[in-house]
Amino acid sequence: MKSVIAENLVKTYNKGKVKALDGLSLDVEEGTVLSVLGPNGAGKTTTVRILATLLSPDSGNATVGGIDVIRHPEKVREIIGLSGQYAAVDETLTGWDNLVMFGRLYHLNKKAAVKRADELLERFSLTDSAKRPIKTYSGGMRRRLDLAASLIVQPKVLFLDEPTTGLDPRGRQEMWGVIEELVKGGVTLLLTTQYLEEADQLADDIVVIDHGKVIARGSSDALKKEVGGERLEVVVDQANIAKTLEIVARVSGNKATLDEGLRRISAPVSTGSMALMEVLRSMDSEGIHALDVGLKRPSLDDVFMSLTGHAAEVEEVK
Amino acid sequence: MNAISDSIVITKRQLLQLARVPEVLIFSTIQPVMFVLLFRYVFGGSIETGQPGGYVQLLMPGIFVQTVAFTLAATASGLAEDMKKGLIDRFRSLPIARSALILGRTLGDSLLNIVVLAVMGIAGFVVGWRPTSGVFSIILAFLFLLFFGYALSWVGIYIGLSARDARVVQNVSFLVTFPLTFLSNAFAPTTGMPRPLQYVAEWNPVSTMVAACRQLFGLENEFGATAGSFPSENPLTMSLIYMAIIMIIFVPMSVKKYQNASN
Repeated sequence: MKSVIAENLVKTYNKGKVKALDGLSLDVEEGTVLSVLGPNGAGKTTTVRILATLLSPDSGNATVGGIDVIRHPEKVREIIGLSGQYAAVDETLTGWDNLVMFGRLYHLNKKAAVKRADELLERFSLTDSAKRPIKTYSGGMRRRLDLAASLIVQPKVLFLDEPTTGLDPRGRQEMWGVIEELVKGGVTLLLTTQYLEEADQLADDIVVIDHGKVIARGSSDALKKEVGGERLEVVVDQANIAKTLEIVARVSGNKATLDEGLRRISAPVSTGSMALMEVLRSMDSEGIHALDVGLKRPSLDDVFMSLTGHAAEVEEVK
Repeated sequence: MNAISDSIVITKRQLLQLARVPEVLIFSTIQPVMFVLLFRYVFGGSIETGQPGGYVQLLMPGIFVQTVAFTLAATASGLAEDMKKGLIDRFRSLPIARSALILGRTLGDSLLNIVVLAVMGIAGFVVGWRPTSGVFSIILAFLFLLFFGYALSWVGIYIGLSARDARVVQNVSFLVTFPLTFLSNAFAPTTGMPRPLQYVAEWNPVSTMVAACRQLFGLENEFGATAGSFPSENPLTMSLIYMAIIMIIFVPMSVKKYQNASN
């Protein structure tokens, strides 16, 4: 069953001058993670805001949990959790205050709201800072609290809009850990990101969007295959370059290329590790020692490059 | 009634904010008290009033009205801050009545006004303010003031949701409230103003509010150019009409703005 379906969403801003979404369609299978990957301005946040009932599309349809987001937004709000790009919590209040307040707004009684707040603080390793104002939290702690606030009533569908943008590498690792836990718990998750490795790490399925349209869809592996197979790479001493070029070309059946500075010989291969073993055996029988050897799979960066013709414009971490 | 209980949660949030950062409450009461003292002792000596009990009797109603008028700025900047932080988006994604957040915020700002008015009243009493009407009239005057502040905080909601930046909100709200409170009978008699300005000042809702409060505190009213007109004869009724007009315009506009809010 599909938990989220978006069909031909169109959204323009500034009276039609800026086209944020240009016929975007996607769906998320229940209990899976879909990552919406794209550079800044591709339409990721607009998509999430429409699905989370914060924004109406100019045209197109969308359902979440089988409910129409345009016709019954109030029912959709009961089954979703949203955690945005900025930690949307009250900074003057403590972490505990915030979670109890949101619990009350989800219509838990006082006792249940307190119990849930304590549970979530524990689960996200925030118990020690529970009674401190959010102002004193690190970026990673804020995001975790923000995520906790979106999980007060076990949402059926969770939207995370760039959950790690602006976090330092450690904060990002922590956040990934938390998200992986959630996924194991079986939540349906739609996650947007501009980090290619994040999509690779967390998602079952990836849609790549650019200029408000989906330009590719598939598993991380499938997308990488679409761009091309693996490449075999060997680094050898200067003296052995000519012979190694011959061996690599023969085994791969393709033209081998040389990076002279790095003394690295590479060629596309279709048989993966078999080719790797054969190259090593041949080199061994010629008495050539490989300084470094490996199979390189295309990264999602390569995927993006070949799909859009331009690199993913990833913002530097603040 | 979920809409009501949701609003109360939002109002509680504001009270909790005050408890966590008590400086906010302290400074929002110090400022009006400072105004009372400054106006009482700086202008009080040079403004001729024939008023038994002196200038402070006329001043206090004026300064009460000015203070509640500034609720507009408080509401607007509080909301703009929530917009900026993305909190409005979170609230809008929750299964709560969409009016709850703004209803809760206007109620919270009114509660703050109760505290501020009480402190100002005490400060006024210390420097010689003595209302001569009965207890009932005095209570009525304060309720009147609270309601005026409440009506204006709906204007604040609209401004807060419309602006893109909290600093702009501050500027816009002061641009609205400053001329409104000074181009009135609040601090000086309108009779000293150029005649066309007198008309503006005397039809100003702040003037009718001040005149209504002065009446309720047991003072006579002075209107210059518009003496004998409806607002000068019926400041209480006119103020109520003004408040009703403000609410009729700004409640639906603010609710609509909130529903479509997107930054």
